[in-house]
Amino acid sequence: MRRETVLNIVLALGLLAVPLAAQAMGEPFIVTLATKVAILALAGVGLNIALGLGGMVSLGHAAFFGIGGYTMAVLAAPVQAYEPLMTWPFELSGTKSMPVIWLAAMVAGALGALAIGALSLRTSGVYFIMITLAFGQMLYYFAISWPAYGGEDGISIYVRNGFPGLNTLDPIQFFALAYGVLMAALMVSWMLARSGFGLALAGARQNPARSAALGIRPYSVKLTAFVISGAMTALAGALFADLNRFVSPSMLNWQTSGEIMVLVILGGVARLFGPVAGAALFILLEHWLGGFSEYWKLFLGLALLGIVLFARGGLIGTLAGREVAHD
Amino acid sequence: MSLMLLIEQALNGLQYGVMLFLMAAGLTLVFGVMGLINLAHGSLYMIGAFACAAVAAATGNFWLGLAASLAAAAAAGALMELTVIRRLYARDHLDQVLATFALILVFSEGTRWVFGSFPLYLDIPRALAGPVRLPGGIDYPLYRLVLIGVGLSVAAGLFWLIGRTRLGIRIRAGEADREMIGALGVDISRLYTIVFALGAALAGLAGALVGALQSVQVGMGEPVLILAFVVIVIGGIGSIKGALVGAILVGMTDTLGRFLLPIAFSTFMERSQAMSVGAALASMLIYILMALVLVVRPGGLFGRA
Repeated sequence: MRRETVLNIVLALGLLAVPLAAQAMGEPFIVTLATKVAILALAGVGLNIALGLGGMVSLGHAAFFGIGGYTMAVLAAPVQAYEPLMTWPFELSGTKSMPVIWLAAMVAGALGALAIGALSLRTSGVYFIMITLAFGQMLYYFAISWPAYGGEDGISIYVRNGFPGLNTLDPIQFFALAYGVLMAALMVSWMLARSGFGLALAGARQNPARSAALGIRPYSVKLTAFVISGAMTALAGALFADLNRFVSPSMLNWQTSGEIMVLVILGGVARLFGPVAGAALFILLEHWLGGFSEYWKLFLGLALLGIVLFARGGLIGTLAGREVAHD
Repeated sequence: MSLMLLIEQALNGLQYGVMLFLMAAGLTLVFGVMGLINLAHGSLYMIGAFACAAVAAATGNFWLGLAASLAAAAAAGALMELTVIRRLYARDHLDQVLATFALILVFSEGTRWVFGSFPLYLDIPRALAGPVRLPGGIDYPLYRLVLIGVGLSVAAGLFWLIGRTRLGIRIRAGEADREMIGALGVDISRLYTIVFALGAALAGLAGALVGALQSVQVGMGEPVLILAFVVIVIGGIGSIKGALVGAILVGMTDTLGRFLLPIAFSTFMERSQAMSVGAALASMLIYILMALVLVVRPGGLFGRA
C-alpha cells in the first residue's frame, strides 16, 4: 500500500476515534471540536476540487461557505418565527429538515459559483485571484447592508435543525452526521479525480491549449469543476451554521476564504485527505496556541510562512513523500 | 442646494479615488515589475497609519507623524522584500497568496500586541482643519481638498518618475525583460527592493492621510486592499495610468452610488425601504462595475492583454 493511502486511513479512523473516545470520557467539547474539524475539512475538500484538481486559485470561497450558511438561516428562521418563508407568488413555509436544507444550500452554492465562475474564468492567473476575492467581498458587504437577515449582527437559529432518525442536539450524533457527509464528499472527490471529467480537468489545468486542440473546452470543464466545488463548500457552510446555530457576515468575510485555503495548503494541495489533515492541524493549533497566547494568529502566521517557504507539499507531502507529482 | 450637495459628494468621491490610487499604484507596480501578488500591501497601509498616529501623539506634530509613516512603511516594505518576498518571485501565485496571507496575520497580530485592540485617533493638523469656501459658495473641508491635491501630485510625480528618470527606465525595462536588464548590468535585486519600498511608502502615506479621517485600527488595510484589487482589475494590471483611471472611477462610483441610489429608489418606493435597498445595492455597485469591465474587456481598460 502507498504511504499516502496508509496515512489517509489513519486520518479517517483518527477523526472517528478521537470524538468516540472523548464521548466515552465525557468530554463533549472535544466532540464539538472534532465536528468543527469535519465541517472545515468538508469546505476544504470543496475548495480542493477547484484549487488542486482545477488549478483555480479561488480566494473567494467564503462566498459559497456563507451562501450555505445563509441558506440555512433563510429556511430555518421563518419556522422559529412561526411565519411562512414567502406568501407570493405562492405560499411556502420554511423548513428545519437538514436534508432539505443541504439540498437547497448546494443548489444555492452551485448557482453562486456558476455566476462568479462564469465571470472570473474569463481571466486567469492573478486576475482570477483578485476577482474571486472581490466578488466574495461583494457578498460580504451585501449581507452587512441587507437588514432582513440581521445585517451586521447576523441571525441566531435557537434549535439545531433535525435529521430523520437522529437527535442532532446530541454532540456525538451531530458529529456522526458531519463525518458521514465528509466521507461522502471525499468519495465524490476521489471518483471525480479518476473519472474522464477529472482527467479532462487535469488537462485543462496543465495545458489549456492542448486540451482545446483535443476538443475539450478548458472554460467549460473548469467552470463545471468550480460549480461542484462551490456546491460542496456551501454544504459545509450549512453544516457550520448548524454547528454554531448562528450565521453572520463573518462567514462571508475574505479571511474565511483565506483560512479555508490555508487549511487546504497545510494539509497538502491536491491530496485527497489534505483538507482533513489541514483542518485537524488548524483546529489543534488554534486551541494549543490559543491556550497560551491571545495573539495565537501571529504564531499561526509564522508557522504558515515557514511551511510555504520551506516545507512545500503540506503535511501529507511531508509525511508521505512527493510520490504524486502534480505538475 | 441639491446640486451643491452633489458637487460635495463628487469631491468626496475624488478624494476617495486618489487615496485608492496611492494603494493601487504600489500593487500594480509590484505586479508589473516582479509578477508578484502581494496581499500584505494592506498591512503596509496599516503600518503607515499606526506610525503616524503614534508619532503624532508622542510629539504633537502631525507632519513628523507623516514623515514617520513614510519611513516606517518603506522600511517595513524593504524588510519584507529582503526576508520573505524575494523568495517568492520564482514561485507560483498560490505560494505568493499564502505567504503574504501569513504576513497579514503576523503584521495584524503583531500590531494588536503592541498597540492593543482599541483604535487610535489621529487629529487633522490644525492648519488644515475647518472648511474652505469654494467658488459657487460650497463649504468643503480643507483637509479633504489637500488630500485630493496630494494624491494628484503624487500621481504626477509617479508618471514623471516612471516616464522621465533613469530609475523609471529601469523599472519599465524590468517589466519588459528581467533577464536582459540583468545582463546589461542593472542590479535587479536592488531594483526590486527599491520598487517594493516605493510601493510600500505610497501605501503608508495613504494610510496616514486617511487615518486622520477615520480611526486607526488593526485590520483597516484589508478592505482598502480589496478595493485596490478592484481598481487594478478595472484599470489593467501593471498600468499606472489604468490604476489612476480605475481608482477615480471606483471612488466616484462608490461615493455617488451611496448618495444617489437611495434617492433614486425613493421616487418609487417607500422611504425606509428605499434607504435599505439603495444602501445594499450601492455596496455592490463597484463590483458590478468590475463585472461589466470584465465582460467588455477582460484585460482591464488599459491592460496589455
